[in-house]
Amino acid sequence: MDESIFPNVEVTRRTVIETGTTALLLSSLPHGVLASEPDQADRTPASIELLVNGHAHTLALDPRTTLLDALREHLTLTGTKKGCDHGQCGACTVLVDGRRVNSCLTLAVMHDGQSITTVEGLAFDQDLHPMQAAFVEHDGYQCGYCTSGQICSAVGMLAESREGMPSYVTADLIQPLTELSDNEIRERMSGNICRCAAYPNIVAAIKQAMGEQT
Amino acid sequence: MKAFSYGRARSLADAAATANKPGFKIIAGGTNLLDLMKLQVETPSALVDINRLPLDKIEETSEGGLRIGALVRNSDLAADPRVRQHYGVLSRALLAGASAQLRNKATTAGNLLQRTRCYYFYDITKPCNKRVPGSGCSALAGFNRIHAILGGSEACIATHPSDMAVAMRALDAKVETTDHEGRTRAIPIADFQRLPGRTPEVESALASGEIVTAVTLPPPPPGVQVYRKVRDRASYAFALVSVAAIVDSVRGRIRSARLAFGGVAPKPWRIAAAEQRLTNEAVGARSFDAAADAALEGARGAGANDFKIPLTRRTLHAVLGEITRI
Repeated sequence: MDESIFPNVEVTRRTVIETGTTALLLSSLPHGVLASEPDQADRTPASIELLVNGHAHTLALDPRTTLLDALREHLTLTGTKKGCDHGQCGACTVLVDGRRVNSCLTLAVMHDGQSITTVEGLAFDQDLHPMQAAFVEHDGYQCGYCTSGQICSAVGMLAESREGMPSYVTADLIQPLTELSDNEIRERMSGNICRCAAYPNIVAAIKQAMGEQT
Repeated sequence: MKAFSYGRARSLADAAATANKPGFKIIAGGTNLLDLMKLQVETPSALVDINRLPLDKIEETSEGGLRIGALVRNSDLAADPRVRQHYGVLSRALLAGASAQLRNKATTAGNLLQRTRCYYFYDITKPCNKRVPGSGCSALAGFNRIHAILGGSEACIATHPSDMAVAMRALDAKVETTDHEGRTRAIPIADFQRLPGRTPEVESALASGEIVTAVTLPPPPPGVQVYRKVRDRASYAFALVSVAAIVDSVRGRIRSARLAFGGVAPKPWRIAAAEQRLTNEAVGARSFDAAADAALEGARGAGANDFKIPLTRRTLHAVLGEITRI
């Protein structure tokens, strides 16, 4: 946690407002966090618990902190990357309770008590996750900046596919999905942009990992 | 991002009551709201998080339709077996929208209430009547390739970006709401989104303190359902033109048709006259053209978006051709 941003933090204090009544919410609003006094806001953080890669963390955060910034700046889990910071590139993809999301477009306080998996949490001890190993084997990257987002997204994507989630290119919405074609993989991974255009190798890596998991 | 307070609503009444306060905003999926807050297009003083309210169910109604909770995620709605079986146009429209990561977050109500992606609405250094009423419209004489050809006004030519809402318009959905005094109502989706007129900042029929609780679908109409989206990329891009069509045809004759268009207007565009020109008509270029004429009546480009007029016509032809061959 960055002490310089939050000089007076009481880490255990729970300042996320749980509202029982409107009056409570209104009266509970700390004066300092109103927009008219933005410079005061950092001093009234919200205390939350995140279960990140199996480890529980209690964090005191300005409510503005995105899940991405909480992971990178407060837990120093810098494997998750900030690309566009607007949900357009997918570099920040993590799994929340097993589902892939853009961590830049959600607030950490919204995930109090939830389980987060980042690229750092995919390996089993010293053994790479099959998706990580496949990306290495197939050279599914060039500069590597989008890679952790690609890998987390691909892991989430295969879980969705196993649950029978259709995609825009699925020909028949009714029949169970049997296998993922290259076209299906490309459509399902379209939220992850690769500026180096390593797409053919990314598809090859995902196909290999898919075969190993089934 | 401007500073704000954050609270989690424990009940629907709670959420509605707080939504009535100036400067308070409801947050659900947050994928559009937080994007706008980062750019300071939206500057709420407090966010009320409703994500943990029990509004995430899809239930069958006694009339044979579906009631979709406001917080049902776009991905879950698209994958629901009942939606895939009976409302394929909705499943397809949802899957055509955004990316998988965003669909996992985005909610049914939030999708309806998302803001336009007009460049000038997003750029706080530029005049925009929707963002700052009375400041002017930068799109009218600016870059307007993505803008409306129908339903716009001298004040605003922004389009509504949703795919889901276009399918729901074709399905005659109703938007269920509650307000801070506990009153409920069901708003036909045709009336839910507003045309800009002279008040483009007013985008929906929601009153202050009124929040969406569910969207209901009537029993599925007869016919084949198709959603076709035309865009700059094959995936993960907003529609330039989209068509939701539900057509019941037999042996080359159309018995009934429903057509809703996306990407071309400030709300999902549905014209009864266009559908009537297909009803009891023979399948073919002549009836398709007549439907396109009616749907595009009054269409006007602002320059860079002129192409949308012929593109809408051609997309409709393609969709009707495909749907009547099935």
